[in-house]
Amino acid sequence: MSGTRVFGEPIARREDPRLLSGHGRYVDDIGQGALEVAFVRSPHAHARIAGIDVTDALDVEGLAAIYTHEDLTGRMAEPLPLLIPHAALTHGRTQFALAKDEVNHVGEPIVMVVARDRYVAEDACDRIRVEYEFLPPVVGIEAARAAEHLVHDDVPGNVAAHMVQEVGDAPAAIAAAPNVVTLELEIERSASMPLEGKGVHARWDADDRSLRVYTSTQASTSVRAAIAAKLELAVDRVDVVAPDVGGGFGVKIVHPWPEELLIPWTAIRLGHEVKWTEDRREHFVSSAHERGQVQRIRAGFDDDGRLLGFEIVLWHDNGAYTPYGIIVPIVTTTQLLGPYKPGAYRAEFYSLYTNTLIVTPYRGAGRPQGCFAMERTMDAIAERLGLDRTVVRERNFIQPDEMPYDHGLIFQDGRPLIYDSGDYPAALEKLKKLVGWDEFEEYRAAARAEGRRVGIGMACYVEGTGVGPYEGGFVRVEPDGTVVVATGLTTQGQGHQTVFAQVVAEELGVPIDRVVVTTGDTRRFKYAVGTFASRAAVMSGNAVALAARKVREKALRVAGEALEADPRDLEIVDGMVQVKGTPGADIPLSTVAVLSNPLRYAFDEEAKRATQFSAPADPDKPPVADDDEPGLEGTDYYSPPRSTFANGMHAAIVETDPETAEITILRYCVVHDCGTLINPRIVEGQIHGGVAQGVGGALYERMVYDEAGQLQNASFMDFLMPYATEVPVIETDHLETPSPLNPLGLKGAGEAGVIPGSAVLASAIEDAEGFRISRMPISPSELHHLRESQPPPGSGLRDTGRTGSVPATGGQEATNEEVTGT
Amino acid sequence: MTDTDAAERNHPVTMLVNGVHRSAEIPARRLLSDFLRHDLGLTGTHVGCEHGVCGACTVLVDGRPIRSCLQFAVTLDGAQVTTIEGCTRADGELGSVQQAFQDCHGLQCGFCTPGFVTTITAFLDENPDPTEDEAREAIAGNLCRCTGYQNIVASVLRAAELANGSAGQEST
Ligand code: FES
Ligand code: FES
Repeated sequence: MSGTRVFGEPIARREDPRLLSGHGRYVDDIGQGALEVAFVRSPHAHARIAGIDVTDALDVEGLAAIYTHEDLTGRMAEPLPLLIPHAALTHGRTQFALAKDEVNHVGEPIVMVVARDRYVAEDACDRIRVEYEFLPPVVGIEAARAAEHLVHDDVPGNVAAHMVQEVGDAPAAIAAAPNVVTLELEIERSASMPLEGKGVHARWDADDRSLRVYTSTQASTSVRAAIAAKLELAVDRVDVVAPDVGGGFGVKIVHPWPEELLIPWTAIRLGHEVKWTEDRREHFVSSAHERGQVQRIRAGFDDDGRLLGFEIVLWHDNGAYTPYGIIVPIVTTTQLLGPYKPGAYRAEFYSLYTNTLIVTPYRGAGRPQGCFAMERTMDAIAERLGLDRTVVRERNFIQPDEMPYDHGLIFQDGRPLIYDSGDYPAALEKLKKLVGWDEFEEYRAAARAEGRRVGIGMACYVEGTGVGPYEGGFVRVEPDGTVVVATGLTTQGQGHQTVFAQVVAEELGVPIDRVVVTTGDTRRFKYAVGTFASRAAVMSGNAVALAARKVREKALRVAGEALEADPRDLEIVDGMVQVKGTPGADIPLSTVAVLSNPLRYAFDEEAKRATQFSAPADPDKPPVADDDEPGLEGTDYYSPPRSTFANGMHAAIVETDPETAEITILRYCVVHDCGTLINPRIVEGQIHGGVAQGVGGALYERMVYDEAGQLQNASFMDFLMPYATEVPVIETDHLETPSPLNPLGLKGAGEAGVIPGSAVLASAIEDAEGFRISRMPISPSELHHLRESQPPPGSGLRDTGRTGSVPATGGQEATNEEVTGT
Repeated sequence: MTDTDAAERNHPVTMLVNGVHRSAEIPARRLLSDFLRHDLGLTGTHVGCEHGVCGACTVLVDGRPIRSCLQFAVTLDGAQVTTIEGCTRADGELGSVQQAFQDCHGLQCGFCTPGFVTTITAFLDENPDPTEDEAREAIAGNLCRCTGYQNIVASVLRAAELANGSAGQEST
């Protein structure tokens, strides 16, 4: 790779050989001698704990300890922190590390058992008896709204939060509009479901009084702070490392999980290393889910399809507790605007408690629901006016010359919602070309002639990425020429060891194979926020670039002194600092690193070589100048003024079987713009993975709770994630509109692929079937039921929309459209 | 509970793992996945579901792919087992399937990858020159949550290409 450009190139990943040969280091690979933990978790959705009897478990051979809430003391006995408070979250509630008196969802941990290994720990769990007094469970948004029963006695109406954001007077604008559509939409729960569950390993060094914790997290720095606070240790005595992490997709941003506190807590008490590895059932019932929302939309528009007013009320199921605040519904209500000017806008949400697992961000974090709301509306407008769906969208687009565009709302980061850049009409053109939008009617006719039913759909999104407040980067050139890079945020498969190395290699002018990157290790970098909201490349990419620039500046200064040249005449190429245009006048960066440290024992050849360059020291000056530091290293932070907004559009062609209602995706096309690309291949991989999750969410994945609050499909056997045979071939094209907000022009890409999944497939299925699709996911049997429940043509029961080609139905709910003022 | 006591009685087991004789005394209920990972320290084999659905734990027993989370180790006394660690070449370099994954960006977090590599290794033994559809079908029993499979399908085809161009270099 030496001498060639690496930034922007689709180079192969540097972490791969290790991961591919079985030498990755995931949390369960660590600590083979550790005691292992298993939990007794609530089998009931809502109950009072009347008693816990552990007697029978005590004589299990290999048992080390059993703990209940009664054993927890100090801050460990208090409820877990509410990470992101918000003024609208008037009734935030969090759980205890081990349940105290009451359980509020199946899977809530009650008893912790520590034993020789997991098998023995589970044996002991089997012998522990918990006595429950049942309370009526609240399951589903409807039951939560009805509030016949309460999840938490002191939360009236089960309402955790109620919030309204508005710009202009949407109800008035809609009332005055010549056309109005009303939609009732619903999206079911799914989950991040990384292939590796959570896991924690803790080791307490009693002599050093220090704690080292490995956890499969997206936010090691904050876990460290949480552990220190809850265990009442000095932060300085705690280190947290995210080792290789087997996927996150949002669920691992939540912290501290009960286990992240309990495992170190017990490791200290027992004076022995302790670990816990979540099993798949535990992950289903005691980590987190997302997506579940019911939405009611009213949109007023003119005769060209331009939005005049848009109003949404949504009910968001937040599960039993709100440890992560109300980020998800806030994101839904701010990001549903997509690439459009909504006219007057009003968004109102209720975040509701239910006796089900907590709801925290899953890739997209509320955006897929928002995209669904807006894109279903766009299709409804097109249908009402008899316009092409792309035309309606185009008419509502924010134009490139209107950038930066201020929506007048407050985004999830508490900053104004201002789009920095983007060219939506250009993206739409690309998408239409890629999928063959204008040729589709010919294809449909040909298919119809063969008795086949096909449809095309599309959806657009804008995604706020790279939210602040900051990330930092550290870069050091070692005397042997190795460039050590560290940033605090974590990695769960995004290839950070490659992309950050690409950035630093480029900035510093060194071969990429000399660059070694560490992420998510608080021993190496102390300040960090975490990997979520498609922020890693933007935040840490820019931070390591800034740190590398500092190092470069110092390298040129030190080399300038050694070569007796003006630093401005120097360049670094392939690890050599050289005088531009003067071959032979050069010095290796490794030597510059040695020169940067006045303490220079001749441990190695490099140090010996450096002595030939060192100028005689001035005996009147300190060896390290006042404004200098020893070593060739630098730390810097990137803190953005506000988020940067990536965008994209997807189109899909589906076929629905006229007999079986089976849904097949024939083509899936993606156009995306995430600013400057550091590594196009890695970005493309992110898109692929996101699309697969979008397809899963649209056609297969749902969390099926029964009325008692039991999750009926808590296994990979029953929760249907797509296999290779369910994911279509993904065709991609992209634009690069650099962000003006950061030095590298980056925008995030991590979540993009998943956002429009349900919207685009609903659009395509609707187009194939000719009736409204309002609920996702949709299975063949649901599609079949919808077909059955359509009024026969000409029966007079159909919707009275202008074109009349698409009868309205919300599935079981009848309501869907109204026509006013026409 | 008598099952517990019975379960904890140890039984000798010997296997040829990645070409090396390994023996241990283990409880009858020890899963092959746990035996490989925790008794032998071969942590390259991953456990994603422990109920036989995801395929992350796939290893080759006498050349055939099996789900190590569904098998008690004691039942495989005398078997030949190949794990991801054994899919490298004799010189320690990546084997053709592994190399194909790097070439095609066939992995992200890498957690599912060992199961794909072992599955594909066995598949290509039987079908060294698959079509794209066959390649997709071959991996259709393994779950990956990161990649969307596009590049894994490409990796299967690339692995076939590599193996056909450099036959005989594999250690397995
Ligand atoms: S862990 Fe064995 S199949 Fe999932
Ligand atoms: S690469 Fe992460 S699950 Fe496949």
